[in-house]
Amino acid sequence: MSILVIAEHDNASLRAASLHAVAAAAAIAEHLDAAEIHVLVAGHRCAGAAEAAAAIAGVTRVILADADCYEHHLPENLAPLARDLAGSYSHVLAPATTTGKNLMPRIAALLDVAQISDISAVASADTFVRPIYAGNALATVQSSDPVKVITVRITAFDPQGGGGAAPIENCDIVVEQDLAAFVDENLSVSERPELTSAKVVISGGRGMQNGENFVLLEKIADKLNAAIGASRAAVDAGFVPNDMQVGQTGKIVAPELYIAVGISGAIQHLAGMKDSKVIVAINKDAEAPIFQVADYGLVADLFKALPELEQAL
Amino acid sequence: MKILVAVKRVVDANVKVRVKSDGTGMELANAKMAMNPFCEIAVEQAVRMKEQGQAEEIVAVSIGPRVCQEQLRTALALGCDRGILVTADSDVAPLQVARILKALLDREAPDLVILGKQSIDSDNNQVGQMLAALAGMGQGTFACKAELDDGRITVTREIDGGEQTVSLKLPAVVTTDLRLNEPRYASLPNIMKAKRKPIDELSPADLGVDTASKLATLRVSPPAEREAGIIVETVGDLVGKLKTEARVI
Repeated sequence: MSILVIAEHDNASLRAASLHAVAAAAAIAEHLDAAEIHVLVAGHRCAGAAEAAAAIAGVTRVILADADCYEHHLPENLAPLARDLAGSYSHVLAPATTTGKNLMPRIAALLDVAQISDISAVASADTFVRPIYAGNALATVQSSDPVKVITVRITAFDPQGGGGAAPIENCDIVVEQDLAAFVDENLSVSERPELTSAKVVISGGRGMQNGENFVLLEKIADKLNAAIGASRAAVDAGFVPNDMQVGQTGKIVAPELYIAVGISGAIQHLAGMKDSKVIVAINKDAEAPIFQVADYGLVADLFKALPELEQAL
Repeated sequence: MKILVAVKRVVDANVKVRVKSDGTGMELANAKMAMNPFCEIAVEQAVRMKEQGQAEEIVAVSIGPRVCQEQLRTALALGCDRGILVTADSDVAPLQVARILKALLDREAPDLVILGKQSIDSDNNQVGQMLAALAGMGQGTFACKAELDDGRITVTREIDGGEQTVSLKLPAVVTTDLRLNEPRYASLPNIMKAKRKPIDELSPADLGVDTASKLATLRVSPPAEREAGIIVETVGDLVGKLKTEARVI
């Protein structure tokens, strides 16, 4: 049996999250006998994404489903497609991004199997580790379903490399439905690295006081080529948009360096960043729980410390 | 219009829970329990729709041990009209929860189902999507805005790169994200009134659902602890440590 990875892409190009999902597939394949890894690229005018998928190391086939019904990756269209393809696979994987989380449970229910969310390690072909309780525990779970439908915590698997040259096969299944229709999309445009793949992340919390003050973080981010994140408190207060939220129910990040500024360190925030390699906390409250996970803590007023930090870099 | 909401009893979001020493689960014996925060947002959304005259009845469902009545009473105090408790002794997995809810949809025929996007204990984020699949409905997950309009609902969804808006035919399933609304607190008179609202009790078997799951939890273990770090005195010290000790800049 082989493994199917559902690619995440914007039609023109493949998103980096897909490389992490293929890496998880490769980790599963090590426990299987001669399992191949196939990638499904479903979209519209998405040949560019399919070519990028074909170049991922270890991928032996790319299935290209190119039709206008797949343009916006609505799960109402994609789940029946994936169900029809899933019969020849032992595992179906996608990254645990908002797209994967939206889609994979729908596929699992159509296949009448459980879905395994957000795996952070592969113990064997049917046994996986996943964080629960905001990362305060790790559950080892074993599936006896014929098809394992899995979302992958992307920070837990290093991205798969390139150098492959898999053949691209066209799939002509078309799904028509009148349950859901795309209306529009409002995507943030940023010159900075993506939050989930940046080597350095600097995040602001309630202590930033307002959205304008995030410019202090931007200046440092410019110097470190960092992505900018935020705590839920900062997002809820309207300082910054929700796609910047790092935490249990926001984005999970694990950069080389995470700098938490004016963030107290609620359990829910820690769940999103505590696997970072080095954590720095800047907070004027010496009792803030963030200092318990920080490698380097600086007890200081952020409005003094941030300009100094910018100067020192 | 009729709305169905589901509420889950979970450990309170402010409680830091620990893994049991025998690795069979979490230490929850004396922990404070509460309605899952995303379910509170689902209840609030349904109540607002009723207050705006868009819905006539709200049915709240909870699945779990009998003590889940507490969370159903809270939902009733917040403005739901009646409750359904589906009793189950142990944890019910997402696919089985979705099957139970599907069976209730067949009985209740609501026009809209509002659920939390995930529970803060098992962190699965699955039930709404699975229910929509089983019921053949559209799904508006991670909603930060939901507006009813002539047999459809327009849902703005929080996605990784920003927001996406979809239009769904009713009946549909919506799952809530944090910024859909700010839930109210129940007032004392409403808490008293809620005691007289009806709660029906059913078993999964009454609904023809087997709660056995093909996904077994073998063990639960604590994550690796981070070693305590150091406090630096100045920004200069910090930059020095990052350059020479941690070597990350």
